[in-house]
Amino acid sequence: MIHLSSPHMHGGDSIRMTMLSVIFALMPAAIVSVYLFGWLAFLLITISMFTCVVTEFVALRLMGRPATPIGDGSAALTGLLLALTLPAYLPWWMIVLASVIAIVLGKQLYGGLGYNLFNPALAARIILLISFPLNMTTWIIPMHVGTPVIDLYDFNACLNLLLFGPEALNAALDAITMASPLGHIKTEWSQGVAVADALRAYDYSYLDAFLGREAGSIGETSALALLLGGIYLLARHTISWHIPITYLATVLVLAAVFNLIDPNHYAPPLFHLLAGGLMLCAFFMATDPVSSPVTPLGQVVFGVGCGVLTWSIRTYGGYPEGAMFAVILMNCTVPLIDHYFRPRVYGRDS
Amino acid sequence: MLHTLLKSMGIGGTFSGGIEPEMSKITADSSIATSMMAPLYIVPIKQHIGEVCEPLVSVGDTVLRGQKIGKSQGYVSVPIHAPTSGKVIKIEEHAIPHPSGMGLPSIFIEPDGKDTEDKSLQPFSDYRNTDPAELRERVRFCGIAGLGGAVFPTFIKLLKDQRNPIKTVILNGIECEPYLTNDHRLMIEKAKEIVIGIDIIMHMVGASKAIVAIEDNKPDAAEAIREALNELSLPDEIQIEVRLLPTRYPQGSEKQLIEALTGKEVPATKLPMHVGVLCQNVGTTKAIHDAILLGRPLTERIVTVSGTAVPRPGNMKVRIGTPMRFIFGQHGLDDFDGIHLLHGGPMMGEKMKSIDIPVVKSTNGLLAMQSATMKQAHQLEQPCIHCGHCGVACPIKLVPNMLADQCRNDQFEKAEQYNLFDCIECGCCSYVCPSNIPLVHYFRYGKGQLAQISRETSFANESKQRSEAREARIAREKEEKAAKRRVVREKHKPAATNAETDKKTPDTPPSDEAST
Repeated sequence: MIHLSSPHMHGGDSIRMTMLSVIFALMPAAIVSVYLFGWLAFLLITISMFTCVVTEFVALRLMGRPATPIGDGSAALTGLLLALTLPAYLPWWMIVLASVIAIVLGKQLYGGLGYNLFNPALAARIILLISFPLNMTTWIIPMHVGTPVIDLYDFNACLNLLLFGPEALNAALDAITMASPLGHIKTEWSQGVAVADALRAYDYSYLDAFLGREAGSIGETSALALLLGGIYLLARHTISWHIPITYLATVLVLAAVFNLIDPNHYAPPLFHLLAGGLMLCAFFMATDPVSSPVTPLGQVVFGVGCGVLTWSIRTYGGYPEGAMFAVILMNCTVPLIDHYFRPRVYGRDS
Repeated sequence: MLHTLLKSMGIGGTFSGGIEPEMSKITADSSIATSMMAPLYIVPIKQHIGEVCEPLVSVGDTVLRGQKIGKSQGYVSVPIHAPTSGKVIKIEEHAIPHPSGMGLPSIFIEPDGKDTEDKSLQPFSDYRNTDPAELRERVRFCGIAGLGGAVFPTFIKLLKDQRNPIKTVILNGIECEPYLTNDHRLMIEKAKEIVIGIDIIMHMVGASKAIVAIEDNKPDAAEAIREALNELSLPDEIQIEVRLLPTRYPQGSEKQLIEALTGKEVPATKLPMHVGVLCQNVGTTKAIHDAILLGRPLTERIVTVSGTAVPRPGNMKVRIGTPMRFIFGQHGLDDFDGIHLLHGGPMMGEKMKSIDIPVVKSTNGLLAMQSATMKQAHQLEQPCIHCGHCGVACPIKLVPNMLADQCRNDQFEKAEQYNLFDCIECGCCSYVCPSNIPLVHYFRYGKGQLAQISRETSFANESKQRSEAREARIAREKEEKAAKRRVVREKHKPAATNAETDKKTPDTPPSDEAST
């Protein structure tokens, strides 16, 4: 017995259950990623999760701490989340590097689980994006979208690609990659092409974007799969509605207003909603309990902030995608939000 | 989620926050049994919130059942009475129900087996035509304190106050703690007495409306109260309404119940009477009935004996002072090896260090738990992941994870600013915490430290004032002596300097010296 103080009952929730439920909720997205990117996605997820868990173990050992937190599933979850935000093809060592960065810089240096300021997976992805901008914005043409150049369901081909690069397959990288919708719009728009024309030229379809039949990070393409996971987490009370709903609603409203003002310059709201990492960020990244506010009101503020930043960066920023930057920037504000947006205490005025 | 939705729409008649634990009301259908006569009764001299009693008996005295054996001292205090007739064999310190295992002087009574009653108290059969002040004095004399567990002296609340008139009396039949069923059974078996008790309370405080609040897991209790209301056919001007509320912990907490029934919040530094409400517990109301209509002081109460380690759980009418071992024995539990004893329910009850502790006025439940059941609740603490579930569950809308951090890091003043003292220690935060953080434990620690700090500060201030007063006195005395000397010296001086003396005298008036 550790202490004698009441209550002497517990609801049975645990960190392990929380982490496992989020991993479970990511399964639809992971399955879609394997469907689209074959063995590449499978290997990417495996390497990332494995490296994260091993790194966590080594880090805990080096710090002379007990290795019991390995069992809580948080490192495995970080690995899975990280993998889902990466493009299908990255040299293997970049995946390992990203995983080590996520665990060491993103989490353990802050003091381990519960003490990190930033979402570890997103922090690692951003460091990688800044360090290797070309690799991180090169999107392999997925299966079932147009005519495949390389068969991603061929294990040997995927392993060769991962280990030795495109040269091993005698393929030019240009031939096996395509632009993501967000990247395409950004490039075209900067050359003065109207948004609608750019989308038409890309052969963009809302249904494909919803189902996931488009280029992008392996776990971000299918809004449907992410939505299913998100609804599961909401129903299970692992996350509350405050962050995802206000986040998505803010992007939707901003996009709708500006699209009404000038449809040639501003992408339509539904396009924003289905594009890039927004769904993944709204349901799985921004809701990371450690790096988001605790109070419901604070979570609303956080969600709105993420929404405004995501839309602004996508529209005015140098990068096509802003969701991950938005979440990381809002992570910095969490201690402040937690301090100022506390609920009104029972029987008190303020 | 549904609850939050209903609450945000302002319907559903419930309070914010709270949890829905496994209720385990396994004794809900067991009628109240009467405990056998114990070989020895141990009556602690304080069983309520407030001042201790002064024993009125000495070793060797014979006492009658209901005889006053401890006199209350101070306003916030009620007397204690002998649970049965017999002989006082010793008066010495004995452990009371308290997690620290602390003791209090207790009166040990050996029963003579005759259970002869002290009949000196006359019933007030016509209570409606009796002065409320007289009834109030009776409630005080009979030693009644809140039997829901808080044991605040009841007479203090039963005051007809012109500035804060009570409009609504609430009978708290919620009993939201898991396992406990003593109020539930009492409502079923003594519905009439309870309804009359409510009528007495309404007369005492001058209220015309009462609500009997019962959770919807006790429909039979609500039915019993409704039947009693029909049978008694009270006068028309007395409105007593039975209201079923959705089952949710901690609805039985006074402030949460008031919120659920009226939608009003009791201001943080105020009492329910400031919003025109008076809450009374079921057992207390029955005790008021007994004191007024039977002239019987509080010497027994209903206790739920339950838990995962009790072979024959049940509800039992037990005399105050009965050792717990004797009660568990009657429910088939004799071997206490590896068993944890709780005084009260599993959410707010205290773990007992000994089995030889007596039942007191606050004993609403005695639970014996298997070690395994307890281990589940008391696992090793893990780091906080800021999920915020504790804040959602908190009925006071505090931010428990922040408060726990502040208490742990000794930032007590900050914790106070974050309203640490508003915490009712209901335990909802600890219950939902996925990291098994004993949040309530930290809050108790923080409150204790803050109380200590304020004691030390006030002691330091007093010392400072004392030493300043002393210095001032010494300075004044010095000054006075000097003045006296001057006066004496001047008397003996030649008349030539008289003009100078005249100027000086107003500074040291002799009359002042005499008075100081």
